[in-house]
Amino acid sequence: MNSPLPSKQIFTKESLKKQFRLSEFLAEKVISFVAFLSIAIIFLIFIFVFKESMPLFSFGKKDKVKTEIQTTSDVKVESYEGAETSTEEIQPETYGAPTEDLNPVTQETQTSEELEPDTYGAPTEDLNPETATGKEVIIDEKATENKEGADRTWSTFFSTEWVPVSDNPRFGLLALLVGTLKVTIIAILIAGPLAILAAVYTSCFASNRRKEIIKPIIEMLAAFPSVVIGFFAMMVLATFFQDIFGYDSRLNAFIGGVAMALAAIPIIYTISEDALSAVPKTFTEASLALGASKAQTAFFVILPAATPGIFAAILLGIGRVFGETMIALMATGNAALLSANPFESVRTFAATIGSEMAETVFGETHYSVLFFIGSLLFIFSFILNAVAEFYVKGKLIKKFQGK
Amino acid sequence: MRDIKIEVKDLSLYYGDKKALKEISMQIPANKVTALIGPSGCGKSTFLRCINRMNDLIPSVKITGEMLVEGVDIYNKDVDVVNIRKKIGMVFQKSNPFPKSIYENIAYGPKINGIKDKAQLNEIVETSLRQAAIWDELKDRLDDSAMGLSGGQQQRLCIARTLAVSPDIILMDEPASALDPISTSKIEELVHELKEQYTIIIVTHNMQQAARTSDYTAFFYLGELIEIGKTNTIFTKPEQKQTEDYITGRFG
Ligand SMILES: Nc1ncnc2c1ncn2[C@@H]1O[C@H](COP(=O)(O)OP(=O)(O)OP(=O)(O)O)[C@@H](O)[C@H]1O
Ligand SMILES: [Mg+2]
Repeated sequence: MNSPLPSKQIFTKESLKKQFRLSEFLAEKVISFVAFLSIAIIFLIFIFVFKESMPLFSFGKKDKVKTEIQTTSDVKVESYEGAETSTEEIQPETYGAPTEDLNPVTQETQTSEELEPDTYGAPTEDLNPETATGKEVIIDEKATENKEGADRTWSTFFSTEWVPVSDNPRFGLLALLVGTLKVTIIAILIAGPLAILAAVYTSCFASNRRKEIIKPIIEMLAAFPSVVIGFFAMMVLATFFQDIFGYDSRLNAFIGGVAMALAAIPIIYTISEDALSAVPKTFTEASLALGASKAQTAFFVILPAATPGIFAAILLGIGRVFGETMIALMATGNAALLSANPFESVRTFAATIGSEMAETVFGETHYSVLFFIGSLLFIFSFILNAVAEFYVKGKLIKKFQGK
Repeated sequence: MRDIKIEVKDLSLYYGDKKALKEISMQIPANKVTALIGPSGCGKSTFLRCINRMNDLIPSVKITGEMLVEGVDIYNKDVDVVNIRKKIGMVFQKSNPFPKSIYENIAYGPKINGIKDKAQLNEIVETSLRQAAIWDELKDRLDDSAMGLSGGQQQRLCIARTLAVSPDIILMDEPASALDPISTSKIEELVHELKEQYTIIIVTHNMQQAARTSDYTAFFYLGELIEIGKTNTIFTKPEQKQTEDYITGRFG
């Protein structure tokens, strides 16, 4: 304790002094800047997409104010407004009609389209000319609201029809949601097992040489342009499966799902394969040393150990299918029908944006709704990724480090 | 030596072009403990892994010669490697429990061998853990993840897991290298008890351990078997100079 310091000191305050390393400092700054920039860009994209759908949220309030003023103000002005909007909206209808005809609309929608307007559209047309009695004014108010695509839009979100361009637009997101879910479920039901089994095969059974052949080939599918997959599905798969199942509409949710599965397989495969290969070889050895066969080892030891990664793979596959536009446009038939039948044409969220964005007018409700759908897609994929990330992290830590 | 369990004839092993085992010939008696000693990298683990064909997993490995277990060459084409490993269990140098619960770790072997009865499984789990001297520590936390155990506990769990499939021969690769003296002596006692039923081959770097636990000792050096004999003989008056140098620590 009381011995003096050695004569030749190695650990002096001088030699241990903090040093400033310029290159390291710069590198760190640049890297962190790039990282923050990418986060900012993602954030800005979302802000932009969401901003464009804002009118949907503010219209409701404005409209209430408007109607309040309207009830106090002269009735004639109001009817005027109503007439104007109606003429405005008639034009888009003629506009919209051909596009609807292009879609392989079956009998069902046409009849329902004819029925629905009776409840919504008919009164507006009938009442507009006669605005004399106070009773009808109130109804008329509602009609104008509806025409302006105001907060009425929100209630149509839950309707079953997607008729954005018409005298009386209905934005039935429900039909689109069901369509999207149908395609997604079909795609994942096909792609999931195929991709996971392929991954199990390559990582647990295949010889190194086969692995080196199979892996790049499946991964190459990921680089396939989706337009090519869509084309293939439209021209080849559709006919092929129609011959087998004999359904009516050639392009439908099932064909869309099969085509999307082709797009999702490489993603699910690659990530599952990585997860399976990351399982330490010592587990394999331990299992084999206990007299387990290769298959038992693969399915009872390696696969369970890799579940978090495989779960993430499936989530990312869902994300891919959910956001896939081109294949949906080409292979699903693109008609927003609400039904549980997998062999019925459907329209997905992404395809709706893809096909209708060019036809909308800036600032219109339809335009806002499309951006709203965009935000939904964004939020959904964000949630999927977040869940994949955090679930996997949590599970992995628990698995490999105990509690 | 009377009752021969394993007879090795001119066994050579290549990792690619590198010859890691050079014409090993030896006999391993039944119901005895045989210790393999030798400096690091001399091929003890490699030889041990030959006995239950774990080296099959390494694509570059080539093996020549014969490995006769009760007179049957286990490298014969008609022999099913899974059946070999059911009868020849192995405890690895590094503990490697599955990322499952403690219970599932032990029950895995019996389950894949077709035992489904819950009560029977419970019994196997308990006896195996007791044999491996870890039952008292773990009996209240059988459902916890095995990955949360300490290194020594993990190793004893792995021993219990091997015992649960009741093999005939047990290969142990430095099973006590990560254990404290108390658990080490427990393992040594365990080895002593087990040799009634099993043939045990144990790799160790600890000379005292080899002397205490084994009946026979084989000394490996640079992929060659230098000498094998009764442990007493090897440790008191070995025939080879190299053996003596190694045992007395005058090595190199
Ligand atoms: N998978 C492998 N591929 C190539 N060479 C290997 C492989 N495993 C071991 N070897 C080589 O074989 C030789 C014997 O290795 P082995 O692991 O059998 O030694 P050991 O006696 O068990 O050593 P230790 O006491 O350190 O465990 C070493 O030279 C090693 O480099
Ligand atoms: Mg070793």
